[in-house]
Amino acid sequence: MAQSKLWTAAPEWAVYPLGLLPAVDLFVRAFSNALGADPLRVLENGLGEWALRFLILGLAVTPLLRFGRINLVKYRRAFGLVAFIYVVLHLSVYLALDKQFFWSEIGKDIIKRPYITIGMAAFLMLVPLAATSNRFSIRKLGSMGWRKLHRLVYPAVLAGALHYLLLVKAWPPEPIIYLAIVVALLAVRRIKPARRARQAA
Amino acid sequence: MPAYRFPVPPASEITPKHAILNRRAFMAGAAGLAVAAAGAPVRAQAGEMLKTVAGPFSTDETPNSLDDISGYCNFYEFGTGKGDPAKYADKLTTRPWTIEVGGMVNNPGAIDIEDLLTQYTLEDRIYRLRCVEAWSMVVPWVGIPLSSVLEKFDVQGSAKYVAFETLVRPEEMRGQSSTFPILPWPYVEGLRLDEAMHPLTILAVGLHGEVLPNQNGAPVRLVVPWKYGFKSIKSIVSIKFTEEEPPATWNLQNPREYGFYSNVNPTVDHPRWSQASERRIGGGLFSSRIETQMFNGYGEQVASLYDGMDLKKYF
Repeated sequence: MAQSKLWTAAPEWAVYPLGLLPAVDLFVRAFSNALGADPLRVLENGLGEWALRFLILGLAVTPLLRFGRINLVKYRRAFGLVAFIYVVLHLSVYLALDKQFFWSEIGKDIIKRPYITIGMAAFLMLVPLAATSNRFSIRKLGSMGWRKLHRLVYPAVLAGALHYLLLVKAWPPEPIIYLAIVVALLAVRRIKPARRARQAA
Repeated sequence: MPAYRFPVPPASEITPKHAILNRRAFMAGAAGLAVAAAGAPVRAQAGEMLKTVAGPFSTDETPNSLDDISGYCNFYEFGTGKGDPAKYADKLTTRPWTIEVGGMVNNPGAIDIEDLLTQYTLEDRIYRLRCVEAWSMVVPWVGIPLSSVLEKFDVQGSAKYVAFETLVRPEEMRGQSSTFPILPWPYVEGLRLDEAMHPLTILAVGLHGEVLPNQNGAPVRLVVPWKYGFKSIKSIVSIKFTEEEPPATWNLQNPREYGFYSNVNPTVDHPRWSQASERRIGGGLFSSRIETQMFNGYGEQVASLYDGMDLKKYF
């Protein structure tokens, strides 16, 4: 089965303006007081959720290629970087607008609150990945070293999904669904392409 | 010519007021049905003004707008999103409505919502509301002290607690009909008898001078302003006096995180987040955090209820 050209028609850079549209929308509505009674929560949670969505999109690239013959590989870096931008915006809103640079409380949060600890860990794991998302770094680290480093994205996404689940009351469906998708996308990587070889034989 | 003419009283003296109100509600309902047939939702009595007097204990802080209070709610019977209750609660029919009162009382019986609205003095009570999720509002409730509603049932001496229960009606409460229920229904809550009978504790039937919007727990809900919001159970159908501590929904769901007392206490954190400060809703994106007060600022009135109690243990 041939890979559809449809999936690769758009240039990589198009992912950035498209991917950041929801952020623009959220900020415009937040500043124009159109996010309801508690705009901060909608903004903060919305940015976090979009970060998770783009991280999941990045994780989905390999399984989509392997099992769906959909080739999104050329966009993967952009997915990851857009996700990272959302993470940075989410964290900035938490620090500046939610905790209002109340550093002692932020420090206590990071140490004492598992969901903040895990969220912060996810952020720290993503920093080196964003920093090395360029050709120069691949050359410098070597293909193998670079790939090894970028496996950090797996625990980072898992941490992001857990971060969401740990902050809600009771067991609402959304964070459970995100976590299930992440676990499924990680699990599917353990299925070796050997199966395809056997089918072909 | 008749030898004697019977005095003819005016209609207003014959028809009891609540019957007139009933008739009005019926007419409004009929009009609503006609509108509903044309595709618009029925909103029984929403916006109807209540006759109130100023009550005690009101804060002079600026109340949140009706839009904020009725648009930002936790009422999981209608969904877990803050906007879900406003979206879906208009399906709830709030008439007829009675609260069964039983358990350890000498005169078990019922409270009819029409009686609550007509036989009691409705008081304006502007209270702070502190949610366990670390946000807060100022709500101008309209209500009646719970103690004055319950006294006619003649509580027995051995009763120590009061148990409350919310309506279960999945066909009108979409959160109750979902495949994976978020909480076990009915929602139940409880107070110690002295907490229930405290003059701060009210049954609310309105806010901002109007009939309570459905999404805020219509037609009648509890308001206990020194405890986290989830203790103030909504759309009540049953009140029972008991000797044992009654079950409370969030306490059952996660006893480590939600205690039976759940008094607002900045020094006892939720295991997953701090309770030291709160965000006051209504200030927009840049509203500043405020420090949470012990007993939500009602310590002067209620601290004595807990004399000698370890509030870190009985959180």
